[in-house]
Amino acid sequence: MDKPETEVVECDLLIVGGGMAGCGAAYEAAYWAQAKGLRVVMVEKAAIERSGAVAMGLSAINCYMGMKWGENQPEDFVRYVRQDLMGLSREDLVYDIARNVDSTVHMFEEWGLPIFKTPEGRYKREGRWQVMIHGESYKPIVAEAAKKAIGENNIYERVFMSHILLDKSDPGKVAGALGFSVRDNKIYVFRAKAVISSAGGATMVFRPHSVGEGLGRIWYAPWNTGSAYKLMIMAGAEMTQMEHRLVVARFKDGYGPVGMWFLLFKAVLKNGHGELVEEKWADLLKDWLPYGGGKPIPTPLRNHQMIRDHLAGAGPHYLRTDEALQQMYADVQNDPRKVREIEADAWEDFLDMTMSQALLWASENIDPAKTPSEVVLTEPYLMGSHASGTGAWVSGPEDIAPREYFWGYNRMTTVRGLFAAGDGVGGSAHKFSSGSYTEGRLAGKGAIAYINANGGAPALDQERIEAITRDLMKPFEVWEESRSAVTRGEVNPAALSPKQSLLRLQKIMDEYVAGQGSGYITNGPTLRRGLELLQMLKEDLPRMAARDRHDLLRSWEVWDRFYCAEAHARHVLFREETRWPGYYYRGDFPKLDEANWKCFTTSRYDADKGEWTLSKKPYVPLIP
Amino acid sequence: MPTYVNPDKCDGCKALDRPACMYICPNDLMTLDRSLGKAWNQEPDMCWECYACVKTCPQGAIAMRGYGDVVPLGASLTPLRGTDSIMWTVKFRNAQMKRFKFPIRTTPWGSIEPHHDLPPATVEDAGKPGLCGQARYLGVDALPAAAKR
Repeated sequence: MDKPETEVVECDLLIVGGGMAGCGAAYEAAYWAQAKGLRVVMVEKAAIERSGAVAMGLSAINCYMGMKWGENQPEDFVRYVRQDLMGLSREDLVYDIARNVDSTVHMFEEWGLPIFKTPEGRYKREGRWQVMIHGESYKPIVAEAAKKAIGENNIYERVFMSHILLDKSDPGKVAGALGFSVRDNKIYVFRAKAVISSAGGATMVFRPHSVGEGLGRIWYAPWNTGSAYKLMIMAGAEMTQMEHRLVVARFKDGYGPVGMWFLLFKAVLKNGHGELVEEKWADLLKDWLPYGGGKPIPTPLRNHQMIRDHLAGAGPHYLRTDEALQQMYADVQNDPRKVREIEADAWEDFLDMTMSQALLWASENIDPAKTPSEVVLTEPYLMGSHASGTGAWVSGPEDIAPREYFWGYNRMTTVRGLFAAGDGVGGSAHKFSSGSYTEGRLAGKGAIAYINANGGAPALDQERIEAITRDLMKPFEVWEESRSAVTRGEVNPAALSPKQSLLRLQKIMDEYVAGQGSGYITNGPTLRRGLELLQMLKEDLPRMAARDRHDLLRSWEVWDRFYCAEAHARHVLFREETRWPGYYYRGDFPKLDEANWKCFTTSRYDADKGEWTLSKKPYVPLIP
Repeated sequence: MPTYVNPDKCDGCKALDRPACMYICPNDLMTLDRSLGKAWNQEPDMCWECYACVKTCPQGAIAMRGYGDVVPLGASLTPLRGTDSIMWTVKFRNAQMKRFKFPIRTTPWGSIEPHHDLPPATVEDAGKPGLCGQARYLGVDALPAAAKR
């Protein structure tokens, strides 16, 4: 392979990742950048028209207050999120999203996103926080606005970003980022005064339910490889709540959404004996007070009930779509037109966002009005936008953040000039698509304010750029060097394929770090053994071989997932309690420990020494 | 349910500067086999089955087959995406058919005007709370602010 060409792109703000958060950042930053004529650039490893977790579409917007109709206030949302996260959320960040999110949704509607309406003209609610949409083109619409806001010439697609660059003369400050083209033999160096990490959370860190052809048909997008976290971890940014993973109940094998069925259609979960799982295991909630006594039942506690029922041998677990639809049909006196509308809503829920589940129904001849469908718990995911809290430790908003949570600019990490949004911000949650976009906007504005006040040109470290470039291309060299060691095939004593490396990571995580195959349980000795195996994997990963540019992309995605996995394992080991049963259990610390662990965990990685430092940060409530 | 490409329909997007599926695939799966002059899915076990390529293919050459680990054969799910709506045809394993049509957009493609009618941005306001266009889009008079501790 020839030495790649290097292109240096000069900009003021660089947005890494063009999903919901990145497009929100582009929209907002472009507006505030006008005052000083700053250049905003976005880089994305795919095409932003269909990139990120919303690429496939969505059937609901899960974060909307409805303040203009007096439906909810931001305080209500903070209380809800705090309860669902078992007490621990950065309430300043959650509040900030809640008070701004309505403007985002109203803008989406003006741009052309079809939102279901009630006869009175309000948005149709699926649940207290959710509104129903015809969301097949949600991402293309949002991408169109981002392209127009910053200009298509400022969008670099099919470029995979691997490293944040720090300032040569001030290593506590960002100077840009670096990555490689997925299409050409080319390195991109973006020199920027501020960078927003708005890439995705981490999927496939754990072994999923299907490991053959269905390996990639997981719940969250398989192209979300944890870039958001790895970029920031390697830059030395402080991360928080990296143990606070997500496990959700979803329709089996297609991972279809269950929210509409539970919230709008009032379907219930019953086990193989026809028992109501929530009723049967109601007493379990008393072990997890005060959260077990609150409503709604937190996501991990609902999982906990399912796990206990499963261990009692009472499966399979069915979401009784049959009973729910028959009741709804009876409620409309079986009027054929209304029945048809209900049926279309049921199918659209999948066809807008998880087509595989619809195909699975068709493949198994399932009519949801006659046959219930199985529900199972997923493998764990690391993400900051759903009912979980992994991500960067960031500054809160200037007007409401407690002293402990404020250091100058909204959503800035502990590295000056490095901002985060969406899955990238930890300790807050329930952002979903609209909240992630809103957080991107907040980070975009914060970053422009930072640039306005800190305008000096960043100093790039050429030696470091050349060293990273050599590292990035190494999988090609390994391929060339190792080919002659075998006659044919993928078994090679001197090289690993990216897929072999990924599967090895997934096996370690599943078996030692409380994956679904281990019943989500681990303990200190098991975690320490897992960390030994992760260390050996880390030593072997430089032997990843790339035949082509697609393999090169996959190799670096394995590195993304590796650092997310290690951060997760170290945080799970650090927090000596079980705060989220149903997400994971510490067998050696099986209870909630409010006295010692009602606090955030943070970690910082020293990339030069390869050392992690973990610590606690106080929880400061904002809303009574 | 990974994608596969029908060789009789795929023309490798010869009329375009790059194959449409290769441009759109979020996971870098769809690619061109140069010897065949046609597209294929180079890593089906990394396919999220998001249908982005199926919807965009100008020849209607791409389809899904339920993933081999578990899905019985014989069903199909086929989208026809227009400018303002999408039509889905569901064919069951037992040959039963269902059709659904849903809106996808209420405005013409390309019609978005970001920051339309908003006052000019100032450096001073960039340092204050509140997002652009708040007066127009938030729906309430003032940005709520919980008491600072």
